[in-house]
Amino acid sequence: MTDMPVGERKQLAPPVDDSGPFGWARKHLFSSWGNAITTVVLIVAMAWILSWFLEWAVFTANFTASTGSECRGGGACWALIREKWRLIFFGTFPFDQQWRPFFAVVIMLAMLVTTSDRRMWKPWRLLAIWSIGSFFTFLLMFGQLHIPLSLFLAIALAIGGVGMGFRKGIAQAGEMNLYRALAAVGLAGLVLLVVGVLPNWKLPIAPFSYVETGLWGGIPVTLILATYGLLFAFPYGILLALGRRSNLPLIKGLCVGFIELIRGVPLISLLIMASVMLPLFLPTGVTFDKFLRAQVAVILFAGAYIAEIIRGGLQSLPKGQFEAADAMGLNYVQKTALIILPQALRVVIPPLINTFIGFFKDTSLVLIIGIFDFLNTANQALVDPAWAGYPGEVYLFAAFVYFCFCYSMSRYSKYLEVELNKGTRR
Amino acid sequence: MAATARDLSNAPSVITLRGVNKWFGQFHVLSDINLDVKEGEKIVVCGPSGSGKSTLIRCINRLEEHQAGDLVVHGVPLTNDVKNIEMIRREVGMVFQSFNLFPHLTILDNLTLAPIWVKKMPKKDAEEIAMNLLKRVRIPEQALKYPGQLSGGQQQRVAIARALCMRPKIMLFDEPTSALDPEMVKEVLDVMVELAREGMTMLVVTHEMGFARAVADRVIFMDRGEIVEQNEPEEFFANPRNERTKLFLGQILRHG
Repeated sequence: MTDMPVGERKQLAPPVDDSGPFGWARKHLFSSWGNAITTVVLIVAMAWILSWFLEWAVFTANFTASTGSECRGGGACWALIREKWRLIFFGTFPFDQQWRPFFAVVIMLAMLVTTSDRRMWKPWRLLAIWSIGSFFTFLLMFGQLHIPLSLFLAIALAIGGVGMGFRKGIAQAGEMNLYRALAAVGLAGLVLLVVGVLPNWKLPIAPFSYVETGLWGGIPVTLILATYGLLFAFPYGILLALGRRSNLPLIKGLCVGFIELIRGVPLISLLIMASVMLPLFLPTGVTFDKFLRAQVAVILFAGAYIAEIIRGGLQSLPKGQFEAADAMGLNYVQKTALIILPQALRVVIPPLINTFIGFFKDTSLVLIIGIFDFLNTANQALVDPAWAGYPGEVYLFAAFVYFCFCYSMSRYSKYLEVELNKGTRR
Repeated sequence: MAATARDLSNAPSVITLRGVNKWFGQFHVLSDINLDVKEGEKIVVCGPSGSGKSTLIRCINRLEEHQAGDLVVHGVPLTNDVKNIEMIRREVGMVFQSFNLFPHLTILDNLTLAPIWVKKMPKKDAEEIAMNLLKRVRIPEQALKYPGQLSGGQQQRVAIARALCMRPKIMLFDEPTSALDPEMVKEVLDVMVELAREGMTMLVVTHEMGFARAVADRVIFMDRGEIVEQNEPEEFFANPRNERTKLFLGQILRHG
């Protein structure tokens, strides 16, 4: 090889590791006496624990008992889960109607899965998926929806406003006139509604029996609180993070104050405040749904944490990126949306997903104000005296379900990092 | 090789600075700068580091804010008025020392971003212009790659094409070759020379004295925030008048 003259040497392939599984084991597991002993001890310990667990959870387990006392003496009492799974999954939702929360969960999972595909990341697609999906989710959960006129007017105003802002100079005159008309109708309608000229008309959609939020429980509650909590907290957190870096002292002060205030108190205290204190400040007769209050508390809380994570991403960008965008004549919104955020968010995916996982589990704290999420309905299953004495099985089951959700999120974060860095790695 | 200084005395002024001053904290980084840049003129600005040369050209598109004096670009006075700033930035392209391409966008998207969003140009037209410019800087085959996959010289050529995509009337270069490996300097300078030949108004902060000799109509030497000396390149290099200029030229030309 080396006697080839300079300039004619071929590019050589690196040496191939052809040592096989035995070679691999020798190199990684038994490279020295100390390592060999460690390996053997660990393998024995793992085998012992695994065999004990399988013995308890599978071989001597009871899957068919009809009461708790029949389970005594054996291994795990999975019959309890068999008996109580509908209570654990759907809480106190009317028993004969539990297909509704089931399909609501299916729709929500479908929305989450389709959203996780990068090809769906177009504003209109996401908006369509989430508005239609959410409509059916809540229609199934409530059974009846009364959509107020104000919502239609607000949507008209939003579409008109966004269209006028973003399609200016691009769209044809006809399209622009449509946006103007929509915005005008929306705004005028809302004003008339507020002053009381228009009646507060509602569009009733009532295919099923009405189920109030107090009866909701289990997986749908956990999923709704976490999904919608993060869905709204995310843009809110972005705005807070941008506000914190603003040059305008008032905006900056407000954002810093809010973030520090929220981060300085535990979520529990915020939930209690939302459920106990808030009604004291509202005029008599005006009530907010307890579930909605918990949801708002989660959004506010998660927003502050997400804001701080995103701020870290914003600060990691080199100054040159801001300058290049400025020098091109992009305005603040364009610079932020097209240059800064796409890069900043990429950097913070791991801590962001970490926070998401944390909040998915933290939603259990809503028990404190009497809402039964998945962990709390699992707890409910233990109350039945006929099945007393098997908390291990129930908690293990709950842990397994939580693990499935959290582990998928963690895998997704890995996938996203790779996917978004494709081709952009230096 | 020297471009005989063309007669620019009748050409209109496109950039005017009158008594421009700027401070960084207590540090007086620009002191009483007066400068007229004629249409089509190529000016090379040199000077020791910290002399204010980068700050000077960064004031022209408001990446830095001057604190006293008047600065007029293409008849538009540079004030705090955002409208004016945006109008000027549309007319003025800038190339940075560290390229500052957007790493999350392809080369083509880097080029078409500003035409599409700032000029509201249809995507197809913007891409056509972008591809023509990439041909001009001789890397059309890289259009769909990401900046991180290109060499420094290629990235800087993309950065030049990106600035040209907005069809600017003035180009600012802030040490465009200082961050490049030596073997890549020439490919970038070649593009800049070509641009100069086509009549672009250029302000270039650089230490490439060969470039200054080849294309500059005027060389400006700055030190401690002042314009110490300015002249046609031949005269500037052959007969520097100020002691500070002599010292500086002695330092950078010793090995050249």
